[in-house]
Amino acid sequence: MLSARLDKRLGGFQLEAALGIEAGRTLALVGESGAGKTTLLRLLAGLSRPDAGRVALDGEVWFDHAAGIDRPPWRRSVGWVPQDYALFPHLSVRDNVAFGLRAAARPAAEVRGRVDAALARFGIGALAARRPGALSGGQQQRVALARALVLEPALLLLDEPLAALDHRTHRAVRGELAQLLSTLSCATVLVTHSPVEALMLGTRIAVLEDGRLTQEGAREELLRHPRSTYIADLMGLNLFRGRVVGRTRGGGAWLETAGGTITAPDPGTDDEVFITVSPREVTLHLEPPGGSAQNLIRGPIAEIVPEPPHGDRLRVVLGSRPPLVAEVTADAAATLGLRPGLEIIASFKASGVRTYS
Amino acid sequence: MRSVALRVAVALATGLMLALLALPLAALLVRVPPQRLAMRLADPVVLDALRLSLLTSLAATAAVVALGLPLAWLLATRRFRGKRLLELLVDLPMVLPPTLAGLALLLAFGRAGLAGRAFAALGFSLPFTTAGVVVAQVFMSAPFFIVPVRAGLAAVERRYVDAAAALRADPLRTFFGVLLPLARPALLAGTAMSCARALGEFGATITFAGNLPGVTQTMPLAVYVAMQTDLEAAVTLSVMLLVLSCTLLVALRVAPLGALWRRPDAERPAR
Repeated sequence: MLSARLDKRLGGFQLEAALGIEAGRTLALVGESGAGKTTLLRLLAGLSRPDAGRVALDGEVWFDHAAGIDRPPWRRSVGWVPQDYALFPHLSVRDNVAFGLRAAARPAAEVRGRVDAALARFGIGALAARRPGALSGGQQQRVALARALVLEPALLLLDEPLAALDHRTHRAVRGELAQLLSTLSCATVLVTHSPVEALMLGTRIAVLEDGRLTQEGAREELLRHPRSTYIADLMGLNLFRGRVVGRTRGGGAWLETAGGTITAPDPGTDDEVFITVSPREVTLHLEPPGGSAQNLIRGPIAEIVPEPPHGDRLRVVLGSRPPLVAEVTADAAATLGLRPGLEIIASFKASGVRTYS
Repeated sequence: MRSVALRVAVALATGLMLALLALPLAALLVRVPPQRLAMRLADPVVLDALRLSLLTSLAATAAVVALGLPLAWLLATRRFRGKRLLELLVDLPMVLPPTLAGLALLLAFGRAGLAGRAFAALGFSLPFTTAGVVVAQVFMSAPFFIVPVRAGLAAVERRYVDAAAALRADPLRTFFGVLLPLARPALLAGTAMSCARALGEFGATITFAGNLPGVTQTMPLAVYVAMQTDLEAAVTLSVMLLVLSCTLLVALRVAPLGALWRRPDAERPAR
């Protein structure tokens, strides 16, 4: 169980994060480059020193600013796998994997046994005599994981574990890594810029934006109730924040948002709530529609993007405030003559709106 | 037109430079026939100087490595006040006239010198002793080790040091297990250069340690003395020095033997 609170100032950049993860689980920290992901891992490993905060693992305090505790990295039970793996170029694969055990002064026989086991576990026994320079990206990654995990660390830190791989090996290794993480008994913190990787590899997911954690939760919770535009964007949901300003007799409510009023089922609270609308619930019209759709938003088309993987659907981004995304079939788009710049009316029913606090 | 003129100028300058470098060495090598050279090797004057030179320059190199390595590491990895000043101090012997260095050593370690008095009280003295030769050589050759090794250590990428630290290696283990092996080329080059410099040291040695055959008369000193009486002995000693220095460079891979006549590879693309 890792629990950490970290403050670090780097030039004009301020990192401020509190995070935790249980043993056997993976916390995936997702964020854009420059959000402070790598810095956060380095602070946990003890490779750089927080300005304030506390890091504890299974009750062992690794860092406590107030108490003046700061264990150096070599006294932390940590496995650190940096983005480019940093395999020692002057050592063979075997000696790379054995490095930590030798540094920990384990007896030679034990080192041999554990290294052999690690080489076999990661399927790199045949590469034992090679230098890292002669390995493919996927092989290097396995060596790096073996080198870190042979020490049986209490905390595993993975910095963009898939970023150094080419596109083709990427997918296969992602599967292997997910498999591996599910078998580990240590706490794992993984950082990635890819929300897809985060959702595939993390049991818990935290979103790091500009040095701050903006949302943190179990994977399922995050998927059901996104609370940051980052996650909502990833899942292709329209996300707004709003507050009830009036109620209808039929169990509906008017919610005031930054972009206007939205009619939705009554959230049952007067506090500010999150509002999501699936792009599939949004239909597009050239003329104001009649009928039961209670929400109308008018604006020019900013962008039309084919929706992968099949391409028979299109995502239409309206330059309204806030932007609204609609998903339509290619046929419908052709019939309406959709093109960027075209002024259009989007509508969605109150029943298609979800709210949560 | 201009490109032709440029080529001619480059060729001319290069030719003159090479002639200046190679001609004296060639003159040295052809002066005494090989058979005579082999006979003169057994000359006691030659042997004494050779033995003393090997002994002192090896001792000096060992001292430079042992005392210079921690300093090179400090300069490569730490930031502190006065660092630039320290670097200047380290570099200085490379540009100082050796006789000046010898005089300075005498003022420091001579009988009436700053540290010499303390030494004398302890019952030993450096000037005009073999140990004095070693001290002069250390003084003159240290920067030839410290400067490249410092650069070599600083060039080792931070990620390897961090990886070692996260793999339970304390700083000492990281130094010997990761930093030194990765800086090996610089380490070998630095050792070779400082050893060669110690072997060739003349001015500081003769000023500080004098010119006593068998005690402080190293090969360069013996060459200078022999020149006035026995030119053949001087040439023999010089050829030996030349061979020794070349051997040193080859042995420590500064100039790998196999690569001397090979066309160098194109520069490797950056990774």
